[in-house]
Amino acid sequence: MKITPEQVDYVAVLGRLYLTEQEKDKYLNQLDDILKYMETLDSVCTDDVEPMASPVELFNPFREDVVKPSLPMEQALANAPAVDGTSFKVPKILD
Amino acid sequence: MSDLFNKSAHELIGLLRNRQTSSVEITRAFLDRTRNCEPQIKAFVTIDEEEAIEAARRADSLIDRGEAKTLTGLPIVIKDNMCLKGRRTSCGSKILENFRPPYNATVVEKIIGEGMVILGSANMDEFAMGSSTENSYWGATRNPWSLDRTPGGSSGGSAASVAACETPISLGSDTGGSIRLPASFCGVTGMKPTYGAVSRYGLVAYASSLDQIGPFARDTEDLALMLNLICGYDPLDSTSAPIQYPDFTTFLNKPIKGMTIGAPSQFLDKIEDKDVESILSEAKTVFEKLGAKFVELSLPHLDYGIAAYYVIAPCEASSNLARYDGVKYGYRADNVDGMIDMYCKTRASGFGEEVKRRIMLGTYALSSGYYDAYYLKAAKIRTLITNDFKKAFESCDAIFCPTAPSPAFRLGEKIDDPMQMYLTDVFTIPVNMAGLPGISIPAGFSSDGLPIGLQLIAAHFQEPKIIQLASAFQNETVHHHARPKI
Repeated sequence: MKITPEQVDYVAVLGRLYLTEQEKDKYLNQLDDILKYMETLDSVCTDDVEPMASPVELFNPFREDVVKPSLPMEQALANAPAVDGTSFKVPKILD
Repeated sequence: MSDLFNKSAHELIGLLRNRQTSSVEITRAFLDRTRNCEPQIKAFVTIDEEEAIEAARRADSLIDRGEAKTLTGLPIVIKDNMCLKGRRTSCGSKILENFRPPYNATVVEKIIGEGMVILGSANMDEFAMGSSTENSYWGATRNPWSLDRTPGGSSGGSAASVAACETPISLGSDTGGSIRLPASFCGVTGMKPTYGAVSRYGLVAYASSLDQIGPFARDTEDLALMLNLICGYDPLDSTSAPIQYPDFTTFLNKPIKGMTIGAPSQFLDKIEDKDVESILSEAKTVFEKLGAKFVELSLPHLDYGIAAYYVIAPCEASSNLARYDGVKYGYRADNVDGMIDMYCKTRASGFGEEVKRRIMLGTYALSSGYYDAYYLKAAKIRTLITNDFKKAFESCDAIFCPTAPSPAFRLGEKIDDPMQMYLTDVFTIPVNMAGLPGISIPAGFSSDGLPIGLQLIAAHFQEPKIIQLASAFQNETVHHHARPKI
């Protein structure tokens, strides 16, 4: 499977990344190398094999449904690049 | 005492208990040492001198009042991806350059609760993505054994700081070898515990099903002391294992006669480096002399470890790193035209090259039409690798192999060839895929004087077996006592 320049553009949009022309060229070649290496996986028969999502047996760690203290508002906002009163401030979303 | 920085954690504990020194004196010794070494090594992102001395004073008063715990008063360095409340936790990235978490990671809470002294945060590859610590926004860390070589990665600062005697102990994290590889390259002892043994709460996520926190130290005894502190169930981490851990120090200095060590042909056939080969064979002789038996093993799916890892880890990363959008915390780009433009500009200039490469790779592999071919296939191969290990541990107590295919490589040597960089982790990645515990211990030196590590792997939650074997090996050898000349 050879990756195309159009796919690189499309994936960059999905990943919310602007890439320079130089980066696009570089990633195109490098991703191609990496994906070629991954083709070795195709030689393994995985019929009837269950996929593994976690190395430990997962369980639901239930707890009592009680209210606990949460972060004070000013601490929760302290790292934000822009704040308006009690809200995170962002550029406009709708025209 | 001018040579305090040369001592191991358990030696320092002895001096503190006998009141031959104080935590303030120890802390000053390591800070002085750090000031001398840092211009060359660059193991730290942040050094907190004042806070460290304050913590040391508090530790000394605990000791005075007879309220000291085992590790009270000992200095430690924390990898820059574990949340330190109110202190910069940058994860080696521009995008978190000024991030000051509003809470502590669970391991940090434990360290503070024990009365340990946090000297600062250790340099790392950005978001723990890398095998050389060259991908840090703050610049590369250098290997204390040879300043033109990498310390390995991604926990390069944590390993180099212990190797250079800037701290007796440090914490790192290991997703595909990020503790064990730098431990091998820097000639220190480093362990990745079983997945789920140490809480990941407050560890900045890279690949959540693979990430695990673990310690670096000068020897297995110090490592066992640190494991006693950090292992344990945490309700704040949904993958934390609800089990009781033994006192790991009770497995030190025990005979290993009759223990069985597996030597997997798929690993050992891959050794091309002559020094690594001869050191492994010397190490085997040491274990045999101590009465351990070697059995041959086959782990048929090991060869697919790296390919499967570089599907799964970037997929998880592309999802985990979606949170860096310039809204709630972290860097935000200026002069933007609307929300989407803000996201794209922020992420384009906030992330470094390797992080973007893995986001691209993961996003591609998870994109519509490719999920089955990449992620699902890799997740199935992960099952096969795990089953190989399970079967292997039916016939042995631990598996023995190199930690890395070679000693430390040169700075810049692999940075422009990602595939070559990825292959560095051939011996460590399968261990993360299966969630097993693994240790790297110093096993000797190359002909040009670079440390070479040996890896021991055990079944889930069988850390005691690793400690027993590593301790016996270190009682018989002197490699872990060697120090770089800086």
